[in-house]
Formats: sequence, C-alpha cells, structure tokens
Amino acid sequence: MKLLEFLKRERKKSAPVAKERLQIIVAHQRSQRGRPDYMPMLERELLEVIRRYVQVDDDAININLDSEDNCSVLELNVTLPKGSPG
Amino acid sequence: MAKIIVVTSGKGGVGKTTSAAAIATGLALRGNKTVVIDFDVGLRNLDLIMGCERRVVYDLVNVIQGEAGLSQALIRDKRVDNLHILPASQTRDKEALTQEGVEKVLDTLSKDFDYILCDSPAGIEGGAQLAMYFADEAIVVTNPEISSVRDSDRILGLLASKTRRAERGEDPINEHLLITRYNPLRVDTGDMLNLEDIREILAINLIGLIPESEAVLRASNQGVPVTHDAVSDAGQAYADTVSRLIGEEVPLRFHEYQKKSLLSRMFGGGRR
Repeated sequence: MKLLEFLKRERKKSAPVAKERLQIIVAHQRSQRGRPDYMPMLERELLEVIRRYVQVDDDAININLDSEDNCSVLELNVTLPKGSPG
Repeated sequence: MAKIIVVTSGKGGVGKTTSAAAIATGLALRGNKTVVIDFDVGLRNLDLIMGCERRVVYDLVNVIQGEAGLSQALIRDKRVDNLHILPASQTRDKEALTQEGVEKVLDTLSKDFDYILCDSPAGIEGGAQLAMYFADEAIVVTNPEISSVRDSDRILGLLASKTRRAERGEDPINEHLLITRYNPLRVDTGDMLNLEDIREILAINLIGLIPESEAVLRASNQGVPVTHDAVSDAGQAYADTVSRLIGEEVPLRFHEYQKKSLLSRMFGGGRR
C-alpha cells in the first residue's frame, strides 16, 4: 500500500510558491521606494531609544512618511508587548 | 540624436552582455548606426561576446581620462557595418568612471549614432547606476527565477529615481522586460515561473522572450553574437526583440513547449 501511495502522490508544483513569495517581497520593496535614504537609519535609532524603556521586537516599529501638498507627516507606530504599562 | 538604451538586471549571470551584443547586432543589421558600450570596468566581457578581444587597444576609461580619443577606442565590428564597440577597461577600478566623463562620451557618440547600448555591470552600485543614468530606455533582463525577478524589481526602483530623467522630472525611462533562459517544458510541468507571472509581478511591457538555448553558448564560444545564428531559436527570438524595439509588432514565439516528432527525434534535430 505504501508503494501505491508513493506512486499516486502528486509532486507539488514549485512555481506557484515562487510567485506567491515574490508578490510579498515585491510589495514590500515597492513600499520602501521613494523613501528618503535616512529612513532605515532613523528606524533603527528610534528602535534603540524605545528599547531603553520597553523591550520590543524588531518588527514592532513601523514608520511611514506621507507627503501631502506642502507638508510631510512622519507617522510612527510602535506595538508594545502585552502587559506593559500604558 | 541617438537613443540611449541601458541593458540591466541587478543580478549577474542572467544574460545582460549576451543580450546587449545580440540586440546591438540586430539593430545594426537593420541599418541603424549602433554602438555598444561595456560599463563593466574591471571585468569586461562584451569584447569576448562580440569576438573583438584581440583588437582592444584603448577603452572607455582611457577616453574619459583623456588618454585616447573616442575614435581610437571605438572598434568597428568585422561582420556588420554600422556597428561599433567601446570596450571597458580590464585593469582600473570602477572609480575611474565619472558622471561628467560618461556624459561627455555619450554626448559625442549621440551626434554620430542612432542607438547607444549601455551594457551594465551586475549589482545596484555606482557602475550600474552610471550605466543607467543617461538612458532613454531600459531593457531589464530577467530569468524566470525568484532572485532574478526580485533584483529586477530593485532595478526598476532605481530607474524611477536615480536617473537623469527622474531627477529632472522629465518623461520617465521607457522600461522593457526581456525574459531570458526560458524553458517552456519546465513551465509546463509547473517548476518554472511563467511569463505571465513575471510580467504581472514586474508590471512592465514584455519586449522579448529568449528560450534557453544551446545556441547561446555556441555563439559566445565563437565570439559571434547569437543574432547571426538566424536558424537558431535564440537568434530568431533576439531578432523579434529588435523588431519590437524599433516599433514593429511581432507575435511572441518559443514560449510554448513543442513536442518533438518521432522523426526529428530519430534524425537529430539536435541543432536548435
């Protein structure tokens, strides 16, 4: 029976997996496009400062720069871990 | 005024130089005065693919640094009238190229040629950015493979931001997708990204599809751009690409797997 199962088993196609992974990667890359060069550094340093007070994960911080007509808004989102005062 | 076209990819080994040589040859065969420039300073390869490695005396860096005139460095192709090669230096480091220097060379060439092809080095650093900086059009060479597609997307980001057209706010660079080393059989069995997937992810127009072909290695072994192998699948696919580049509408070929007939399997058919 084992042999029969082995023979009937359909090998999973790999191209759809590649496509799905690429769609995620590319969406992320595009969201980074057009950001000022200092943004990754700013993100790292902000994370360091926050960590002096609260232990947060690397992906707990999310910064966005939005430009409207004549002003830019820097939006900073930090997810604090459960149980931290706030 | 020449049209400046950069052949770029981000990832190495996907067929940039092969494509630059084949497309330049095709453009010249169609009667366009064409020059192809190797921007890969330190690791030049274009001269080998074009079969003129023994005729290199001066190179792009010599011209930029004023050690040789442009006419001394340009190599006339032996096979096609109208086709010239400007080789890269093999010894200097990439810092030897300056934006002002490249601009001057391109401006001078622009007066005499119809097409200037810039064969970019791999990567996304200085050399690659310099090769694309002055471009009017870009051919993004991509393999049906995950890392190549990701890198192509990075390059598209640079084309939209780190080029003269982008910085001056002019019309954006016309971006074309060239898929190389495509294997329809593997696409059919579901183990290779198909061309629709790649086009959908990168969201740029397809200028050509080059099947994986024995003719490509055979061509580089001999130093004869594969366009000259007009009976081969890759040679014809590059000729189609050139037709689309100059504005003709040509149906796509070689993207579907053709089962070989018993006869052709028995009697060779090895030459594709």
